[in-house]
Amino acid sequence: MTVATEDLVDSASIAAASTKRKSLWLLALRNPNVIIGGSILLIMLAIAALAPFLGTVDPTRIDPASRNKKPGTEITMRLDDGQAVKRVALMGTDSLGRDVYSRVIYGTRVSLAVGAAVAIIAIAIGVVIGLVSGYIRWLDGIIMRIMDGLMAIPGILLAIAMVSIWRAGLITVIFAIVVPDVPRVVRLVRSIVLTVREEPYVEGAISVGTPTWVLMFRHILPNTVAPLIVQGTFLAASAILVEAALSFLGIGIPPEIPSWGNIMAEGRTLFRVFPHNIFYPGIFLAFTVLAINIMGDGLRDTLDPKMSKKV
Amino acid sequence: MSEAKKPVLEVRNLSVTLPKGADREFAVDKVSFTVNPGEIVCLVGESGSGKSVIAFTVMGLLAKALKPSSGEILLQGENILAASEGRLRELRCTRMSMIFQEPMTALNPVMTCGEQIDEVLNTHTSLDAAQRKAKIIAILDRVKLPEPERIYASYPHQLSGGQRQRIMIAMALVLDPVLLIADEPTTALDVTTQAEILKLIAELQATEGTGVLFITHDFGVVAEIAHRVAVLRWGGLVEMGPTEQILSRPEHAYTKMLISSVPSIHPVHRGARKEGITVLRTEKLGKVYSGKSFFQKARVVKAAVDVDLDIRKGETLGIVGESGSGKSTVARCIARLIDPTDGKVFLGDTEIATMPAGKLRPHRRKVQIVFQDPYRSMNPRITVGEFIIEGPMNFGLKRDEAMARARKLMETVRLDPNSLDRYPHQFSGGQRQRICIARALAMEPELLIADEAVSALDVSVQKQVLELLDEIRQRLNLAVLFITHDLRVAAQICDYVAVMSKGRVVEYGSAEQVFGAPRDDYTKALFAAAPGRHWEFGKFATA
Repeated sequence: MTVATEDLVDSASIAAASTKRKSLWLLALRNPNVIIGGSILLIMLAIAALAPFLGTVDPTRIDPASRNKKPGTEITMRLDDGQAVKRVALMGTDSLGRDVYSRVIYGTRVSLAVGAAVAIIAIAIGVVIGLVSGYIRWLDGIIMRIMDGLMAIPGILLAIAMVSIWRAGLITVIFAIVVPDVPRVVRLVRSIVLTVREEPYVEGAISVGTPTWVLMFRHILPNTVAPLIVQGTFLAASAILVEAALSFLGIGIPPEIPSWGNIMAEGRTLFRVFPHNIFYPGIFLAFTVLAINIMGDGLRDTLDPKMSKKV
Repeated sequence: MSEAKKPVLEVRNLSVTLPKGADREFAVDKVSFTVNPGEIVCLVGESGSGKSVIAFTVMGLLAKALKPSSGEILLQGENILAASEGRLRELRCTRMSMIFQEPMTALNPVMTCGEQIDEVLNTHTSLDAAQRKAKIIAILDRVKLPEPERIYASYPHQLSGGQRQRIMIAMALVLDPVLLIADEPTTALDVTTQAEILKLIAELQATEGTGVLFITHDFGVVAEIAHRVAVLRWGGLVEMGPTEQILSRPEHAYTKMLISSVPSIHPVHRGARKEGITVLRTEKLGKVYSGKSFFQKARVVKAAVDVDLDIRKGETLGIVGESGSGKSTVARCIARLIDPTDGKVFLGDTEIATMPAGKLRPHRRKVQIVFQDPYRSMNPRITVGEFIIEGPMNFGLKRDEAMARARKLMETVRLDPNSLDRYPHQFSGGQRQRICIARALAMEPELLIADEAVSALDVSVQKQVLELLDEIRQRLNLAVLFITHDLRVAAQICDYVAVMSKGRVVEYGSAEQVFGAPRDDYTKALFAAAPGRHWEFGKFATA
């Protein structure tokens, strides 16, 4: 009879609970922040992927005849075969006569690439170091002091130093942003590992003879996925900003590649007369970073266990 | 005179609605009862029975998701459900107050105990500072705290758990409320401390004539303290009556089942010790924790000292003791989840205490452990099947063979073998504990360690799991090391008992000898403190 009562309770709780776990990701997709941020980001991704088909011209093409045109001016372009074509410069042209619209659209590629690359690389390196640091006690102190050291290096100074050693370029920029970001990921992963390794189920796994690497990848690492996705969005957003800042200072992406920071840097001198050179890339930059941050907030609300418990 | 006889608390037809999507509609379903002046009414029930929800509703502290949907709660005739937030604030502490389960977290760590009680007086009275202090010292004295002046200036972390609970009681009673609600106030405390706190509550309540609503899951506590008992199940009131009547002549089948699930404190007679092979032997086992630091003197904690134990095949050895006695440390040393700092552990003839981790692996199979918390001892991300076969597959068993073994073991622990592809959250606490036992058995161990394995379970589920463990021990002729703080559980399942205190084994012998004629002073004190020890649960008078 007693067994029967227990089963009775369970059929109810099983029904209630089975819906709970899988829906966490679906729940995230229902969060308004995730929807808004995600859609803007998807649009940006589409823009980056479809840049050549969005009515753009070669973003590096210099046209001395139509320099510093205000947005919406009609300009005459001479194609390579000598044919003259009229087109409206939606966002005007810069001081070399390059089409700002095309440059901003192509610039999306650089920004998103930097954001994604930095987030992925920083997390990949950070997870490995964090796991080792959290699990192997005697290495912990050594690794964490090195990480503290890395964290103390300002990203922009590092970038200047690296540009002066190697030449400016995408790889250099990404590396310079990744280095100070890695310790943040390491700290996050390490803290999760330290808590999870004390869980009885991890000790249980040890007592059935589970090898260390299985223990890490099967029982410990999955706990870091949700917080890392959240952390990744914030890393990407800040990386995009830092890249723009570096390019603006002239130590980031080389000037021949259009990036939002480069466009703004070149528009700086004539800002009072022709603000559109800074205004349009600025809008794109602001929207992209805002979208990623909003999405990150939404993801954190639904995925982060500490936050979701409050709901 | 008629005023005195009027109940201090009258709950009429109270229903509290659960938010949508919960497993039932009402947290509390049409419950009515009264608490008279000078009376202790116990609300008893298993987890999820709604007993704490009732307490929080009375105090007006209910979480926002829960809404009282019908009925009324009358405190000296005043309906609390209709009272404004401001009025409730006035009533709390002056007319009704509450003590909570966790004395560690219920006090503010950055204020001295005196200041915290002073806050209550400052808010609700117009006494000046000197009068307030005098009143606080008086109440600290009344709850029998030594050196009230020192306690007044102490921070919570400087006091023991029992002392902190006394502070909570002092704070609750300083304004002489008519109703005291105690929500499992002794559950987090050790048994000797529990006995003192229960005695204190009963004394204070008798002299002041306070009505007490006492919430507990422990029938021992009920037998010790209650005048009347209300039994709850799934939010509904099952049965209510005087303690003596409920405990010895319960009418409802559920109450009968619940009470007869309470293990007896008298050990079962197990006969003479059988000749068997010694599975485990420890020799002067010790574990010292030392916090080494560059800047501080090393702090040394001796968690276990000179522990000598031995367990034979088919035998259950219990280690009983209060928190901090070192019983779990010993278990974890034996399972080599932590490394012992002294002594030897023999598994059969092999010494494993000093064995390096690499060589230890083949021996891990022989010792398996079942933990206390059924909700944290399973990885929530892998299925029950994967969970059970993990160990055997680590030792080279093929997947389908391991799965076949898992199916068989699910039957052994009386669960449906077809539920192997389910996830842990789809099982209840008792079922999870069965799964953990199945996993341990999948390794075909020689020694099974149960570290407080039934402590987190409700009494009826606890009984089933205990029976299962005992049955498995007999069938597989397994050696079991059973760690528990619960003397009743130990009495029912152990052949031999080791009583631990402050890291040492103070008494070691057969369960009958230790329970029947304890020699050590500490053991005697421990048994004397067991709540409801004079009550033989489950022996009902025939109606």
